[in-house]
Amino acid sequence: MSATQVPAADLGARRPPGMGGINVTVLGLEIRRLLRNRRTVIFALVIPAVFFLLFGLNKAYANESVGHGNVSAFIMISMALYGAVLATTSGGAMVSIERAAGWSRQLRLTPLAPAAYIVIKMLTAMVLGAAAVIAVYVVAKISGVPHMAPGYSYLWFVTPLCVWIGSLVFAAFGLFMGYLLPTENVMQFLGIALMLFAFGGGLFIPLSSYPHVLQVLAKFTPLYGLNQLVHAPLLGGGIDMVWVANAVAWLVIFAAGAVWRFRRDTARV
Amino acid sequence: MTPASHDMGRVAGRGGRTAAVDLRGVHKHFSHVRAVQGIDLAIASGEIVALLGPNGAGKTTTIDMILGLSQPSDGTVSVYGMHPRKAIEHGLVSAVMQTGGLLKDLTVAETARYTASLFASSQPVDEVLRRAGIGHIADRRVGKCSGGEQQRLRFAMALLPNPELLILDEPTTGMDVEGRRDFWAAIRQDAELGRTVLFATHYLEEADAYADRIVLLRQGEIVADGTGAQIKALAAGRTVRATLPGADEGELRAIPGADSVEVRGDTILIHATDSDAVARYLLTATQARDMEINTRGLEDAFIALTGDDSAGQASQAPAGSLQGGSR
Repeated sequence: MSATQVPAADLGARRPPGMGGINVTVLGLEIRRLLRNRRTVIFALVIPAVFFLLFGLNKAYANESVGHGNVSAFIMISMALYGAVLATTSGGAMVSIERAAGWSRQLRLTPLAPAAYIVIKMLTAMVLGAAAVIAVYVVAKISGVPHMAPGYSYLWFVTPLCVWIGSLVFAAFGLFMGYLLPTENVMQFLGIALMLFAFGGGLFIPLSSYPHVLQVLAKFTPLYGLNQLVHAPLLGGGIDMVWVANAVAWLVIFAAGAVWRFRRDTARV
Repeated sequence: MTPASHDMGRVAGRGGRTAAVDLRGVHKHFSHVRAVQGIDLAIASGEIVALLGPNGAGKTTTIDMILGLSQPSDGTVSVYGMHPRKAIEHGLVSAVMQTGGLLKDLTVAETARYTASLFASSQPVDEVLRRAGIGHIADRRVGKCSGGEQQRLRFAMALLPNPELLILDEPTTGMDVEGRRDFWAAIRQDAELGRTVLFATHYLEEADAYADRIVLLRQGEIVADGTGAQIKALAAGRTVRATLPGADEGELRAIPGADSVEVRGDTILIHATDSDAVARYLLTATQARDMEINTRGLEDAFIALTGDDSAGQASQAPAGSLQGGSR
């Protein structure tokens, strides 16, 4: 029982943990939790891959080239982006459930720094985001339909990386919404919001097929800039600063919103 | 004034070591509500202290401040001479909260591993689960555990950093009699190893059975502080009530046998273990008239001591008979 003795004089020997408490055990358990949630897995990992199979395998898409690849490759990138933002948003929005369960409060009775908690949530969301991207690319590769032009096979690695990095914007979005919305309907709301953003960003239907007014409005929606940017390496037509401005502006808005709500949350109680 | 007895045997701060908990002039206001109104409390290492009081007495608010979950509006809170948050970072303090604080989708063992990994050093998870009596359900999902099992898990999580100070906020709420007894047996066994324990409760028997020292809270103020026996003695006496215009509080306090004195306009209320001596004094040495002497049971006395004063209605006597028993 020596391990259970409470030494009265070891106050000086006690120390706080490094990195604000972030560690591999916690990350592993967080990822396991996400994968245990069947709904998250279906939404983030299965649906985007299924969408690709439904919309990306058309014979005409296989033969029609766009930039350095074919239309099927273009759709693969769109669906990977959709999956990645679903995944990172769900990951971020988990804070809503954890707040409702009192878990965030419980964590404040541990050395885990509040900022470290946010970092853990972001990292977990990004791991799920990576899984979503990989799921779409693996399914696409197995189907054999998407095609990159000779000399451009590096796009198989560059485009998913762009998609994954870009989805960080939506990890911030998920956190913001997780702190803002009540738990009962946060995922329903986010599912609908992301669907609208996907249409607004031109992930499902090319923006050029929209009426003019909608085309103008679409340029202000959160997935517009990201969608253009992640397709840029494939299209090879350079980068429009409007896209960058759109993506950066939404990142700033979501991150600022998350920080604002997070500060209120930790100040409360 | 309330029937406080700051002169009752306070054992805090003995031996000159750093107090485990030190509250000085602590106030906490929530917009219009004054939840805590000037608490001074020192808890020495190794004490087992109960914060006793009804709902709304300020127990949870006080505990939240000791844990650094909220900041006092005024006054200072230190834990082992540190800011509460720092004490938590060093693994000196942990707490078992009333409800919540668990994730349904983790297993019992995963929850403990998660918590353990956040501390710089931690007890072995298996051993702690066993000590909390939940070693056999380590692989069960938290969502499938009973209320008592979840509470034992909270207790296990609190033990992980091997804290110097363990804080329990109404830890047995919602447990059946047997669960309550088992839980306290585990706590008591743990405290024998020398851990300092502070727990909040609204059960007098629970405080009396498991604490060395009871701090009685009422409306955000400490109204009594002493051993269980002292609190019971305080509660077991009688109250002498009389009309005495221009009463001198200091003189009344000096009456042999008077434990506490309250003057409300022309009415005086004296709580006394020897009410005969007080009555004799009042009738012979003062102009007191309309005298009433009330006795009370333990539970009534507790309710009267801690009961809601309904915004200072002079007709209600906190140290009096059964009038405070509306709760």
